Amino acid sequence: MSTETTLLPPTTQLRTYAPSADLTVASLPSRREGVRPQAPPSPQNLRTEPGPVRFIIIALAVSFLTVFVVLPLVVVFASAFSKGVMAYLSALAEPEALSAIRLTLLVAAISVSLNLVFGVIAAWAITKFEFSGKTTLITLIDLPFSVSPVISGLVFVLLFGAQGFFGTWLQAHNVHILFAVPGIALATIFVTFPFVARALIPLMQEQGTQEEEAAISLGASGLQTFFRVTLPNIKWGLLYGVLLCNARAMGEFGAVSVVSGHIRGETNTMPLLVEILYNEYQFVASFAIASLLAMLALITLVVKTILERRLDEGQISSDD
Amino acid sequence: MTIEVKNIVKKFGEFSALDNVDLKVGAGELLALLGPSGSGKTTLLRIIAGLDWPDSGEVSFDGENALSRGASERHVGFVFQHYALFRHMTVFENVAFGLRVQPRAVRKDEASIRARVKELLDLVQLDWLSDRYPSQLSGGQRQRIALARALAIEPRILLLDEPFGALDAKVRKELRQWLRSLHSEIHVTSIFVTHDQEEALEVANRVVVMDRGRIEQIGTPGEVYDNPATAFVHGFIGESIVLPVDVSGNSVRLDGRPLNIATNGAPSGASKLFVRRHDMQIGPAGSGSLEGAVRHVRSFGPIQRAEVTLSGRDGNTVIEIDAPRDRELLPGEIVSLQPRRYRIFAAQD
Amino acid sequence: MWANLSTAQAGGIVSTEVARRSTLPGFGLTMGLTLTWLSVIILIPLAGLFLRTFELSLDQFWGIVTSRRTLNALKISFGLSFAAALVNLLMGTIIVWALVRYRFPGRRLFDAIVDIPFALPTAVAGVALTQLFAQKGWLGGPLAELGIKVAFTPVGIFVAMVFIGIPFVVRTVQPVLIDLDPEIEEAAASLGASRWHTVFRVILPSLIPALLTGFALAFARAVGEYGSVIFIAGNLPNVSEIAPLLIVIRLSEFRYADATAIAVVMLMASFIIIFAVNRLQRWAQTRIPAH
Repeated sequence: MSTETTLLPPTTQLRTYAPSADLTVASLPSRREGVRPQAPPSPQNLRTEPGPVRFIIIALAVSFLTVFVVLPLVVVFASAFSKGVMAYLSALAEPEALSAIRLTLLVAAISVSLNLVFGVIAAWAITKFEFSGKTTLITLIDLPFSVSPVISGLVFVLLFGAQGFFGTWLQAHNVHILFAVPGIALATIFVTFPFVARALIPLMQEQGTQEEEAAISLGASGLQTFFRVTLPNIKWGLLYGVLLCNARAMGEFGAVSVVSGHIRGETNTMPLLVEILYNEYQFVASFAIASLLAMLALITLVVKTILERRLDEGQISSDD
Repeated sequence: MTIEVKNIVKKFGEFSALDNVDLKVGAGELLALLGPSGSGKTTLLRIIAGLDWPDSGEVSFDGENALSRGASERHVGFVFQHYALFRHMTVFENVAFGLRVQPRAVRKDEASIRARVKELLDLVQLDWLSDRYPSQLSGGQRQRIALARALAIEPRILLLDEPFGALDAKVRKELRQWLRSLHSEIHVTSIFVTHDQEEALEVANRVVVMDRGRIEQIGTPGEVYDNPATAFVHGFIGESIVLPVDVSGNSVRLDGRPLNIATNGAPSGASKLFVRRHDMQIGPAGSGSLEGAVRHVRSFGPIQRAEVTLSGRDGNTVIEIDAPRDRELLPGEIVSLQPRRYRIFAAQD
Repeated sequence: MWANLSTAQAGGIVSTEVARRSTLPGFGLTMGLTLTWLSVIILIPLAGLFLRTFELSLDQFWGIVTSRRTLNALKISFGLSFAAALVNLLMGTIIVWALVRYRFPGRRLFDAIVDIPFALPTAVAGVALTQLFAQKGWLGGPLAELGIKVAFTPVGIFVAMVFIGIPFVVRTVQPVLIDLDPEIEEAAASLGASRWHTVFRVILPSLIPALLTGFALAFARAVGEYGSVIFIAGNLPNVSEIAPLLIVIRLSEFRYADATAIAVVMLMASFIIIFAVNRLQRWAQTRIPAH
């Protein structure tokens, strides 16, 4: 496995379908089980530690993970339901909550669909043709991963804020980007930009161009080739990229916080509402919304694992 | 459909893949492009198909410029070395693909498509696999499906890129014969690329021998085998004994000793003598130009194959000759060798 | 641009330069769209950032960056991130070792939950950790009895940074550890090496590139982290204020120049550190050949 990092990470690694082992701040590392499982070290063989040492290591690992991962997760749900199920449900039925949910879904829909289309287009351009500067292009696509979310929001304030580059023009034309949905969408699109492309690029590189060439030689046009030949082959990778893209889009906080203006009922996404409610000591409400996001995270993880297995299988069965 | 290729040049960076290649292919011919890797044969094939483009030169089909069209418009059937079957489609859908993507105006109706696919699957004797997926087929089956798929669009030209390269020896042999009989049935102008000279000689009407981007010789299998035009062809096709000789005036000398053979117009200077294994006449010691000691003899069928260490030359030159079994050779025996049929090429060829 | 179409006269075809085309169609269109989208979403915004920076004179820039509050914020961000990444380096190694080399009940579950800090939205993580470590929290309470205050102190920042860094070392090292050749260990053991020796002198060194990568990832992530940290941090200037928060505050004060300057410093510092780790890795790979 290439564990080389570069300043900004290359995605041209064939091994993984998820961005991993490269220097990406927000990439979701993949848990590849290893295509060829080895026999676990057993007490009888030379390859393991003495019993007490094993126990200590396992105990350390388990307690660390329990304290730092399990407990926080449990706290979310415990706090959300701390005043009972009715309180939980009514918190979610609040108009502010509903509008935040709506906004989150809207912004996610916009960014996922746009990044889906352009991710596919970018992956096609990169993997089906030869040209110089590919690494640079891939590095640029990866850029949002390496940038702090606050900075991601900052760049849009610099462009569209009152003192931004386009500030005066926007004000003159009464166009609102910041402190309105367009700004939130833009910031979200920025931070979720790489997900689909990064999921597709290694997959499509591995699949090569032969099937597409065969289709062309049989008389298919470019679009026919893409829809009939390429798309079915990449569907799991595409789903994977969309899944990660969506998870990040719905959960993004820092970037959106900077551009949104926190206008109640209008420009609060679910994560922002969590913050506001928490700061107002409305813990049940805050954690109720948080619990929805936590469930989204758990579902994403489950589906991601399933898809990873699909992708691994696909790779194995296509090895002629 | 005739194909004409003129002055094709193709470079990949510094590397010259095709260096002014000219070729004419007759209608209905089965032509082999034969050569080692890097000879440019696959590049040439892909250029004819439209999957690659030359830096300069012309390609025409029946006199019409083919380069103005892309691969999807040239109506060429291409069979890939690794089949390139559409992995998520059944065998049936693979073969039907070319028919299904035709523009509305030309496309046949579903019933006709079905009939044609069935016809093709019958032709390759695999209609019982119609609902399987490529991953469920053996290599040989996949290649036949790939061929059926290419034939579905009724191509004017059939191009095959090392079609049997990925298969094992027995399947290769079977498919070779099958391809030849298929071709005699359907008479499509066909070109196939191979590095296996046995395959080229067995299957093709004509063979184009290529090396390093150039055509060395074009001819029937017999011509190419019996009358190789260059040292490369002689060495590449069939087994050859190669000896460094010197030509001056009328004599040919090996290490200063004259060989009793005619120069046949070979130019003076350092040269190479090419003799086929079975063209070395064996006789009792003293009766021929060369002498050597038999090191090892293998007999199979009507032939005995002997390793002979040539005398002189520091005992370092061992050649293999084929002799009939009318008189068994014994290890250690000293024999005389005389080239019966041979070619002499300039040394730097 | 295409092959000259002065062709196809009967038998006479003019030889021409054939244009460079690709086999598969759509290069021009897809490249164009890709570059356009890339520019609009990424390049232009980032260019804006750097242009804004250049509006400042060097003196101004330096003044902003070296102001007391800024320096402290940077110190806190980078310092605590580094410490947190170190903890993750240590604990990550232990965790990945247990997950890969041992079998114990619930192993698969624990393997799965390693991804949670990564998948969980940062705001959710932030409020959850605060709730957990606050004075009356499940962990905060007992710790308070021991005199340890976590929430609203730099310790809280540290805890949050550890939380979000957990997956990075584990997931980066995991594939390498899985693929490790068992024969190497067996050879070492058969040559008489003690288990300790084998682990620390044979196995761990071969994991160093992956460990360094994981460390760098965790570090880089923690430095830029906002949502998970600001709830549990006290956010007191000079004491428990992280750099991203200072950027947000400056923006709300309309001090765009300050915000930009700090952002640029953060970016540059992160890149330099990542670069250094890169070098370190390459050095490690030459000393210890990677598998």
